[in-house]
Amino acid sequence: MSTATLPSTSRPTMTQTTTASAGAPALNPAYIQIKDFSFYYGAAKVLHGLSLDIPEQQVTAFIGPSGCGKSTLLRNLNRMNDLVDGIRHEGDILVNGHSIYDPLIEVIALRKRIGMVFQKSNPFPKSIYENVVYSLRVAGRNGKAELDEVVERSLKGAALWDEVKDRLHESAFGLSGGQMQRLCIARAIANRPEILLMDEPCSALDPIATAKVEELIHELKKEFTIVIVTHNMQQAARVSDRTAFFYLGKLIEYDVTTNIFQNPANAQTEAYVSGRFG
Amino acid sequence: MKRFFDAELETFRSDLVLMGETAIRQVRDAVKALVEADVGLADRVIAADDELDNLEIKIDNEAIRYMNLRAPIATELRLVIVGMKASHDLERVGDEATGIAKRAVRLAAEPPLKPYVDLPRMANMAVEMLRDALDCFLKGDTDKALAVIRRDKEVDTINKQLYRELTSFMIERPGTISRAIELMFISKSIERIADHATNIAEEMIYLAKGKDVRHDDSVKNG
Ligand SMILES: Nc1ncnc2c1ncn2[C@@H]1O[C@H](COP(=O)(O)OP(=O)(O)OP(=O)(O)O)[C@@H](O)[C@H]1O
Ligand SMILES: [Mg+2]
Repeated sequence: MSTATLPSTSRPTMTQTTTASAGAPALNPAYIQIKDFSFYYGAAKVLHGLSLDIPEQQVTAFIGPSGCGKSTLLRNLNRMNDLVDGIRHEGDILVNGHSIYDPLIEVIALRKRIGMVFQKSNPFPKSIYENVVYSLRVAGRNGKAELDEVVERSLKGAALWDEVKDRLHESAFGLSGGQMQRLCIARAIANRPEILLMDEPCSALDPIATAKVEELIHELKKEFTIVIVTHNMQQAARVSDRTAFFYLGKLIEYDVTTNIFQNPANAQTEAYVSGRFG
Repeated sequence: MKRFFDAELETFRSDLVLMGETAIRQVRDAVKALVEADVGLADRVIAADDELDNLEIKIDNEAIRYMNLRAPIATELRLVIVGMKASHDLERVGDEATGIAKRAVRLAAEPPLKPYVDLPRMANMAVEMLRDALDCFLKGDTDKALAVIRRDKEVDTINKQLYRELTSFMIERPGTISRAIELMFISKSIERIADHATNIAEEMIYLAKGKDVRHDDSVKNG
């Protein structure tokens, strides 16, 4: 069977019109286009006809109460949900203009282009070093010099290098929770993905590590398109360019982040970001 | 959903309202002391300025504490920011009222230069502007606040008229100079009070709508 990789040129232009106000950051072209997307776990419909464009080289935050479907949507972007039984979707998701459901697309190749940091850190039962280079080894890249370089760059990028540089070949399970999470970030960026999906990456981190990760996000968006799920409203306001507010599987409001946090258009959004929801 | 710290915001709001009421009372009393040559009332205005100073400090402290502990977002953030700015404007209104009261004390020692008609009229306008700006805070009625911004010009016009009139008094009768100068400063003070009312109105529109109308000429000209 022949496979297709997604072309990395000829990016589509942003189609969604927005209510950007004066002084709002320029909107980059859409890199991910979610088109009337619905999703079911068995009989349960958890995402309802979502349509939104995620701009390239910017940070888009997904916010909303627990269970509203943020992780589900995020996991659909790299077809992680394919692994769950009884799932079904309607609508389409395009990355760089191409449907991720195109039968010619290799899911593994898709996931390689999309790094993911999960809600719970999930290091492999291997050394710190092997965790970082895992995706490169899978791709058959084994040159020691290259791998050493990737390990250092990725761990520095994830603000973990100084803490682990003398114990790279010890088990990743010896790390603290916050260190494990940063290791997962290092692993996600090791292969230089085009898109980085982060599901509450800082929920187990102390304020200093959180600040490091936020700085890292700021750095990474020069290269990557980033989608972050967070329950920390100040964090969403600090790190993202655009924010989408979801409730019960529906997209309630999607706008430039400053509008969402200074003057949201929707009363439900206002109640949620102010902590008055429920 | 009610949160246990919502009471903090309620205190903040009611302190701001109290400050507005106090500032309005101070302006009214200062002008009344002038018109009625009531030195006792003027002295009470001067003594009461502390109330406004203390309220401004209290509001600032509450705002800083709230921002620090609650990291407010959206309307709450605007409320805290606007509250700090408006309380600063109200404190300045109080300073102008005190200035008027001090001049009223000095003027009470001499016969009035002319019947006080324009000054009380101007002061009433400024007080109404303050009242409408506060009403916008209480009821979110931004139309009233927009009208305040437009009325600022009328106060400016009376101030300029008075300036010309008092200048001609001074030219014709140098014996009136010291009293005319006091009245000019009072007129200027009232004009400044109207400016503060305009600032507060703009702040209240920002609070209600999230829109900055400070340098928007279409708002000023209607
Ligand atoms: N594997 C699964 N099988 C069945 N239902 C699921 C599965 N995963 C999630 N759900 C349901 O789908 C809905 C959305 O869940 P999801 O994990 O996407 O929410 P979330 O917005 O990420 O919440 P949180 O903020 O708590 O992480 C929930 O009602 C959840 O119970
Ligand atoms: Mg989740």
